[in-house]
Amino acid sequence: MHIPDGYLGPATAAAGYAVMVPLWMAAGRRVRKTLHARQVPLLAIGAAFSFLIMMFNVPIPGGSTGHAVGGVLVAILLGPWAATIALSVALAIQALLFGDGGITALGANCFNMAVVIPFAGYAAYRLASGKSPLDSPRRAVAAFIAGYVGINAAALCAGVEFGVQPLLCHDAQGQALYCPYGLSIAVPAMLASHLLVIGWVEALVTALVVKYLQKSFPELLGAKEAHP
Amino acid sequence: MRSTTKMVLALGGLILLSPLGLIIPATLGAGSAWGEWGADEMKRLAGHVPAGLNKMSGLWKAPMPDYSFSGWEAKGMPHLSLAYICSGILGAGAIGLAAWLIGKLLAKKSGPPRP
Repeated sequence: MHIPDGYLGPATAAAGYAVMVPLWMAAGRRVRKTLHARQVPLLAIGAAFSFLIMMFNVPIPGGSTGHAVGGVLVAILLGPWAATIALSVALAIQALLFGDGGITALGANCFNMAVVIPFAGYAAYRLASGKSPLDSPRRAVAAFIAGYVGINAAALCAGVEFGVQPLLCHDAQGQALYCPYGLSIAVPAMLASHLLVIGWVEALVTALVVKYLQKSFPELLGAKEAHP
Repeated sequence: MRSTTKMVLALGGLILLSPLGLIIPATLGAGSAWGEWGADEMKRLAGHVPAGLNKMSGLWKAPMPDYSFSGWEAKGMPHLSLAYICSGILGAGAIGLAAWLIGKLLAKKSGPPRP
């Protein structure tokens, strides 16, 4: 889901940054109000965890690969705004150091993976866990659902961003200048791989870690909800 | 053991296991993620490289392209795995440090009451 340089036209790339700048500022303001000094190591660990889980490429039938992002888990532990910061840091370093995801596409990539994943996933988690106690099995199920929902919502966004390029940017002959695949190819391609394979990986990772934390460090799961 | 210590150890475990993310797809012949092809791969798939894509795709020269050292592309899986582990250490370290600094800058001084 890391859109490289050259796949998005200048207008889409600029729009990605234009959307992200106010969101980064809002995240900074929200996190300043809610993040406690004691949670700073968890923010760092969450960002590093997300980076490492993204290294585990999973083969997808048809010859491509994909990977979980871990963004829903960070959102469950620290809230979606803190997850926006943690994931944005990871995506920026991936682009700069490893060329994974474009520099021009960083705004769009942050929108998909640092905003859509944590917010869609967190909303699904709160909805599915309801008022259940922190140690209830329902929480792990909610985390599973949230992982699946979060990453698929992001895959849909990435598919749309790829898919509108032939409409937005083409030469006089109608040849696409950037991503050559339209909505009818890009959206099903992105959704199929995530609905069929990667969504389940993200769901499993999120649920297993939540289940482990319920048993070993339940206070980490409550931190967000006691101080929203 | 403190939760932070345990989690840092778990991250270390993920770093050591990370080459699985290279080896398993390679064994099954799985290539790039959809939409993450390089210009040459795009030529094979679409028959041509769109002009703008061709111009912009080389925009940034990353110091460790594709989680490897430049020039190691053809060295085989053991070398690639080693480079992958180095990338994991470097990346997780840089990201952890950057997020920690941002957190320090933003976080309130006093902690919440311990549950």
